[in-house]
Amino acid sequence: MIVDHDVIVLGAGLAGMRAALEAARNGVNVAVVSKVHPVRSHSGAAQGGINAALAPGDSWEIHAFDTIKGSDYLADQDAVEIMTREAPQDIIELEHMGVIFYRDEEGKLGTRAFGGASKARTYFVGDITGQALLYTLYDQLLKAGVKVYEECFATALYMAGGECRGVTAIDMLSGELNLIRAKAVIIASGGAGRLYEPSTNALICTGDGIALAYRAGAPLMDMEMVQYHPTTLKGSGFLMTEAARGEGAYLLNKDGERFMQRYAPKMMELASRDVVSRAETIEIAEGRGIDGNVLLDLRHLGRDVILTKLPQIHEIALDFLGIDMITDPVPVRPGMHYMMGGIRTDVHGATSIPGLYAAGECACVSVHGGNRLGANSLLDTLVFGRRSGRAAAEYVRRTSPTATGEDFLAAEQRRIADLMARPYAGETHARLRLELGTLMDAKVGVYRNEEGLMEALTGVHELKRRYGLVAVGDKGRIYNQALTFVLELGYLLDCAEAVIHGALTRKESRGAQARTDFPQRNDAEWLKHILITHNDGGPPRIDFQPVTITKWQPQERTY
Amino acid sequence: MKWTIEVGRYDRTAGDGRGEVRSYPPPYENAPQRRYQTFEVDLPDHAMVLDALIAIREYQDESLVVRCACRSAICGSCGMWINGAARLACITKLREVARDGKVTVEAPPSMPVVRDLVWDMTPFWQKNRAVLPWLENKEPVPQGEEYRVPNAAMENLIQEVSCISCGVCVMDCESFAVNPDFLGPAALAKAYRYVADPRDAKTHERLGRYSQPNGVWDCTHCYECVAKCPKGVAPMEQILKIRKLAVEAGYRNNSGTRHAVAFAESVAHSGRLNELTLMPKSFGLFNIRAQLQSLPAAFNMLRAGKLPPLLHPKVPHVERIKAIFKKVGGMFSS
Ligand SMILES: Cc1cc2nc3c(=O)[nH]c(=O)nc-3n(C[C@H](O)[C@H](O)[C@H](O)COP(=O)(O)OP(=O)(O)OC[C@H]3O[C@@H](n4cnc5c(N)ncnc54)[C@H](O)[C@@H]3O)c2cc1C
Ligand code: SF4
Ligand code: SF4
Repeated sequence: MIVDHDVIVLGAGLAGMRAALEAARNGVNVAVVSKVHPVRSHSGAAQGGINAALAPGDSWEIHAFDTIKGSDYLADQDAVEIMTREAPQDIIELEHMGVIFYRDEEGKLGTRAFGGASKARTYFVGDITGQALLYTLYDQLLKAGVKVYEECFATALYMAGGECRGVTAIDMLSGELNLIRAKAVIIASGGAGRLYEPSTNALICTGDGIALAYRAGAPLMDMEMVQYHPTTLKGSGFLMTEAARGEGAYLLNKDGERFMQRYAPKMMELASRDVVSRAETIEIAEGRGIDGNVLLDLRHLGRDVILTKLPQIHEIALDFLGIDMITDPVPVRPGMHYMMGGIRTDVHGATSIPGLYAAGECACVSVHGGNRLGANSLLDTLVFGRRSGRAAAEYVRRTSPTATGEDFLAAEQRRIADLMARPYAGETHARLRLELGTLMDAKVGVYRNEEGLMEALTGVHELKRRYGLVAVGDKGRIYNQALTFVLELGYLLDCAEAVIHGALTRKESRGAQARTDFPQRNDAEWLKHILITHNDGGPPRIDFQPVTITKWQPQERTY
Repeated sequence: MKWTIEVGRYDRTAGDGRGEVRSYPPPYENAPQRRYQTFEVDLPDHAMVLDALIAIREYQDESLVVRCACRSAICGSCGMWINGAARLACITKLREVARDGKVTVEAPPSMPVVRDLVWDMTPFWQKNRAVLPWLENKEPVPQGEEYRVPNAAMENLIQEVSCISCGVCVMDCESFAVNPDFLGPAALAKAYRYVADPRDAKTHERLGRYSQPNGVWDCTHCYECVAKCPKGVAPMEQILKIRKLAVEAGYRNNSGTRHAVAFAESVAHSGRLNELTLMPKSFGLFNIRAQLQSLPAAFNMLRAGKLPPLLHPKVPHVERIKAIFKKVGGMFSS
C-alpha cells in the first residue's frame, strides 16, 4: 500500500508530536508514524522537569550561559540562544494546552533546582513531568485531528532525486510493509540508549532514525558525546531523577562522606552530570564504593517531600530493590542516559538532505554540546520540534508531490522477505544486543582511551559480521517483534560505529568524552564538531565543523 | 530460581498446535481460544513477570510477543492477565503471584487479542477520544503568561494524570464485561481530569456528555478498577465525583441514569455480577484462593467495607443483561 501526506513525522514522542502539531497549525497535511502508541514513547519517562528562564531574577542569558558552560563550550551559541530565548513562551504554551505544572503560593508557575543550573528554573509536574507533557501533547494531537500511524515500524527512508520523499514502515498489526509518501520527513525518533547495557532508556530507544538518516547520507554530529547519568539504580539501571538531588539529596561513599565536596565544592551534588559521574566512577574505582555503587541519601528530606515530590522514584526503588528511601539510602551508579550527538541539523531542524528534518534526542543542533544539562532535553524537543514542524510546512509549500516509489517499496519488501527467510545459523539478536551493550559500557563509557576504543571498534566490526548471520526466529506475519528486534539491532550497530569513530577522533577530554590518554580539554585543536558520514563499504568519512561562538568565550569549567 | 511460566498463546496466522487448548467461561465464551504453553526460566527471587517473558522471548522462543518498553510502570504497555487477574507484568513480582513456582499469563479474555499477549487497544483509544480529552480553554486566555490557579487545583489532578493507559482497569471491569460499549474506568478518569481542571470552559457540557448511556451511570461500583490500577488512579472514585457534579449541575432524570436503573434492576433479578462468578469450574486457573492471592489490596478494602461480598448468590444471566444494554443503547457505541 502507498499513502500520501505532505509531511511525515517519524516518532511520536514530545519532539514528534510538537512538530506534527506545528505543521498542522501551518495548514499542511501531516501524519505521524510511530512504532509504539504515542503515549508509550520514551519521553513519558522524563521525571524531573523542563527548563526555562521565566522567573524574576532569571534571564535567558543566564540560562544560555549555564547551558553553554554545561556543554563544555561545544554547544553552538546561536542555537542555545534561540532555545533559551524561546523557552518561556513554550512553557506558557504548554500551560495553556493544559499541563498541570506545579504552582507557587500566588498560583504562578513554580520551579525546582536542577544540576548545572545557577537558578532554580525547572518547571515540573511531581516527578511525572514527561508523562504529563506527553499526554497533553497527545490530547492536543487528537484535538487537531492529526493522523497517527501507530505501531508502524519504519524500515527505510524513501530517497528520490537526492530528496527525502517518505518512509517505508511495517504495520505491526497486519504485518504489511507500506510506503508512506510525503514531500518532507521529520525524524523525531529519540535516542539510542540501548546501545549500552545497562541504560536508563526504554527497550525501544534503539537509534532507528539516527541510523536511517545516516544510511541515507545525512552526517551525524558529536556522536561520541554519550551522557552517563550519575544516579541510576543498582542492577536494573533505572533512573533516580536528578530532582532528588535538586530537592537536596546527598551522594555518599562507603564512609558516609559527601564526596562531591572534593570534586565540586560549590555546586556539590548539583554539579553537571559529567562531573558527578566521573567523581562517582573514581570513588568506586578507588575502593570507596559499595559493591560498585555509591549511595543516594534522601532520608533527611523527610517522608512528605519524598512522597509528594518524588513518588515515582520512591516506588521504583521499593519495587526493584525493596529499599524504602524514606528510611534507607539507595545504591546508585553512573549509567548511560542520553545522546547529545545525533543527526546534524540547523536551527530549523533541516538536515543536509533536502526534505529531511530532525528534532529531539535523535538530532544534534547542537544545544547540548559535550554534556546536556538536566531538564534541557524536554525543552530541546519542544523548541526544535516546533521549529522543524514550521520549517517542513514551509518547505512542502514549494515542493511538488511525487508519484514514484513503487519500485522502492518492492525492493524494500524483498529485503525484508530475504531477512525473514534467512536460516538459523547460531546467532540471535538478543545475544548480539547484549554483547554490544556490554562492550560499549566497558570500553566507551565514562572513561575512554585509544586502546579500549580500538577494541570496541574491532568488537563492533565483528558483531556486524555476525549480524549478517542473525535469523528472525519468528516466521509469523502479525506483530512480528523478532523481525523488528533484528532491524533495531542493525540500527544500533550503525550508531555504535559512529559513536566509536567520534570518540577515537576526538583526542581530548571535553564534556562526556573523558579520555584518560588525553585528560585535558584542548580548545586550540578540538573546539569543533565532529561529523560522521556513512560511506558504503569503507570506514565512515570524518569531517569537522567549527563551533559557533557568539558572546561566551570558552573558560575553564569549575562547579 | 526456577520458575514455570504458562503462557496463553494465540496466533490466528500460525495455528501450529503447540500446547493445550482451553477456552473461557461466560461471558468470555466467545473469546478466541488460547493454547497454553509452558516455559521454564531461571531468574532471581525478586524478578518480575515481565523479566520472565523477556527471557523467554530472547532465549527460548522469539515468536512469543509481548508489548513492553520502559519496564518500570511508566509506558503502560504490558497490561495482561496474570493468574486470571489484570496486572502490569513489569511490576508484578514472580514470587508474589507464583503458586508452586508457576505463573500463568495471557491476554485478557475481555479484550480482542492480536497475538499472544498483545491485545487490540483500538476500542480503548476510541473511548479515550470519546470523552474529548483536551483542554477547552477558558477565555480570556492570559496573554504571555500562565493561568493563575492554586497549586492545590493542579495537585488535585495528579492522580488522574498519573494514568498510564495500561488498560488494566478496563480488563476486569465488571460493567465492561457485559457491555463493551461502556466508556470504562480509564476514559472516565480522564474525563474527570478535564472536568476538574479550573482552566476548562466546557465543564457543564462535559458533565452532560458523560452522563449519557455508557457513561458514568453504567459503573456498578465493583471496585475492580480501584483495586487493580497500578498507578493509584482510582477510576471509580473519579466516576463518583463526576456523578455528583453532574447531579449538582442538574443532570438528574436523563437517559444515563435511567440506563443505570435498568442495569441495576436486571442485576437485582439475576444475581450480581462479579468476576468471581465468572469463574470457570473446569480448571484451577481461577480458583478462589488464586483470586484472593492475586488481590493483595482486597483485604484492606474488605476491612474498610469497600469490597462487595466475594460470593454472590446466583450466576447472572449475562445474555439478558447484554440485551438490556443493547436496548437502551448510547451515544458512545461505536
Ligand atoms: C529515564 C529518563 C528520564 C529523563 N528525564 C528528563 C528530564 O527530567 N528532563 C529532560 O529535559 N529530559 C529528560 N530525559 C531525556 C528526555 O526524556 C528525552 O531526551 C526526550 O524525551 C526525547 O524525546 P524525543 O521526542 O526526542 O524521543 P522519544 O520520546 O524517545 O520518542 C521517540 C519516538 O520515535 C518513535 N520511533 C523510534 N523508532 C521508530 C521506528 N523505527 N519507526 C517508527 N517510530 C519510531 C517511537 O515510537 C517514539 O514515538 C530523560 C530521559 C530518560 C531516559
Ligand atoms: S467500579 Fe465501575 S468503572 Fe470501576 S471496574 Fe467496577 S464497574 Fe468498572
Ligand atoms: S486508570 Fe490505572 S489501570 Fe486504568 S489505564 Fe490508567 S493506569 Fe491503567
